[in-house]
Amino acid sequence: MSTQHDDHDHHSAGPDPRTLKHHTPAQTQALEERVRKIETLLVAKGLVNPATLDKMAETYEHDLGPMNGARVVARAWTDPAYKKRLLTNATAAIGELGFSGLQGEHMVVVENTPKVHNVVTCTLCSCYPWPVLGLPPTWYKSAPYRSRIVIEPRSVLREFGTDLDESVEIRVWDSSAEIRYMVLPERPRGTERMNEADLAQLVTRDAMIGVTKVTTKS
Amino acid sequence: MNGVHDMGGMTCFGPVVREKDEPLFHAPWERRVFAMTMLGMGRVATLDGFRHAVERMDPAHYLESSYYEHWLTAFEALALEKGLLTQEELASGLASTTKISDQPPLPPEAVPVVVSHGAPCSRKTGRQKPRFNVGDRVTTKNLNPTGHTRLPRYVRGRAGEIHIVHGTFVYPDTNAHSQGERPQPLYCVRFDARELWGPNAARRDHLYIDLWEDYLTPVESSQPATKKPRVIQKAKITSTKKATSVRKAAATKPTAKKPQAKGKTVITKRTAQRS
Repeated sequence: MSTQHDDHDHHSAGPDPRTLKHHTPAQTQALEERVRKIETLLVAKGLVNPATLDKMAETYEHDLGPMNGARVVARAWTDPAYKKRLLTNATAAIGELGFSGLQGEHMVVVENTPKVHNVVTCTLCSCYPWPVLGLPPTWYKSAPYRSRIVIEPRSVLREFGTDLDESVEIRVWDSSAEIRYMVLPERPRGTERMNEADLAQLVTRDAMIGVTKVTTKS
Repeated sequence: MNGVHDMGGMTCFGPVVREKDEPLFHAPWERRVFAMTMLGMGRVATLDGFRHAVERMDPAHYLESSYYEHWLTAFEALALEKGLLTQEELASGLASTTKISDQPPLPPEAVPVVVSHGAPCSRKTGRQKPRFNVGDRVTTKNLNPTGHTRLPRYVRGRAGEIHIVHGTFVYPDTNAHSQGERPQPLYCVRFDARELWGPNAARRDHLYIDLWEDYLTPVESSQPATKKPRVIQKAKITSTKKATSVRKAAATKPTAKKPQAKGKTVITKRTAQRS
């Protein structure tokens, strides 16, 4: 049975088969066959267009992803008026940069400061702000993160290499409704002369979820 | 329902394991399931109904299967339940009925519009006037419905404070069961970590969660809160009411009886899987 192993470096351990759920080739083949059958049926019944399926997948493979959220963050860091709009009406402000839509219709952006660290989860399933971050990574949707981030956030953050002083307030946001949360990370020191495009390159997906901070090291 | 999906606060699952350079889809079937569900879900369920279908998975299967297997299992089960597909069709891959809808399928060029427009859940109908204001102390009800809810076990029967008044939104507890959208005010509620987890939790930490008005009861208080938090959302702010007027309003306006959610069968691995 697992207990808290705060001092172990889990990044160097091999993937835990319980949690990574990799399929054997035979299992993958069975799943491919099962999905192919369903798709054939849906197409035969005139319910889906195969080209539309491709277009839907491609949209999330190429058009949406954390690079969108990074631009929002970089804009907020360099434009105080934009930052104010972002923190008071995130949906509209994010929409100004052309990002909107499915699983981001109702956005709230929460700001990290030296004294307050925000982190986002969906304990019940996998809710995540798709227009600005794309589709979530598997770890975000899996049991260890969903269950532990609300009760032992400091321990979970440490697993991501984020060590917060005891004086810092941690705010965990559980996305239980259709409101989607994104973290506005702190701007790292030493970036004062960087332009918006270069700043955006520093901003990672994990920092916008809130499990890491933005650093100047890539 | 009180299922294994409701896992906030469990500490048995071990470390967060991350896959290095994880691809968006691990295999072509995941990609197809994603797209199929996005385009086909509307024919078989609301988003809330889809989530509930995932919750109805066999618990062991839920925990040991991969994420897109959840989608696949739920989609298949709903398609069967709604009569969109039959067991025989799933087994053979051959459609016994064709062209079941007059509506042509969405063309590819419609995808960017659908994606960027989204499917907002805020509503101008239903219960528009919020009962609570930012800063109000509330207690969550100890609801344990057999159907769908978005009130996790770890926040039931706990005292918190209204942090944001989001406005009126579709209510998942009824919308998941084809019992109507019943839109009502939605709030972001703040809880002290110690209120949820006991004295060993960090004194300074807080948990924020979005909860519908039907999940909440007012905390009776003779004194208003001494420190109102800064409003951070543009959502409608009603005029500041004293605690007494909220109590009066609550006393004269009984909440509507909630319809009983009809329990559905558990979705077993066997039920959903035909190859």
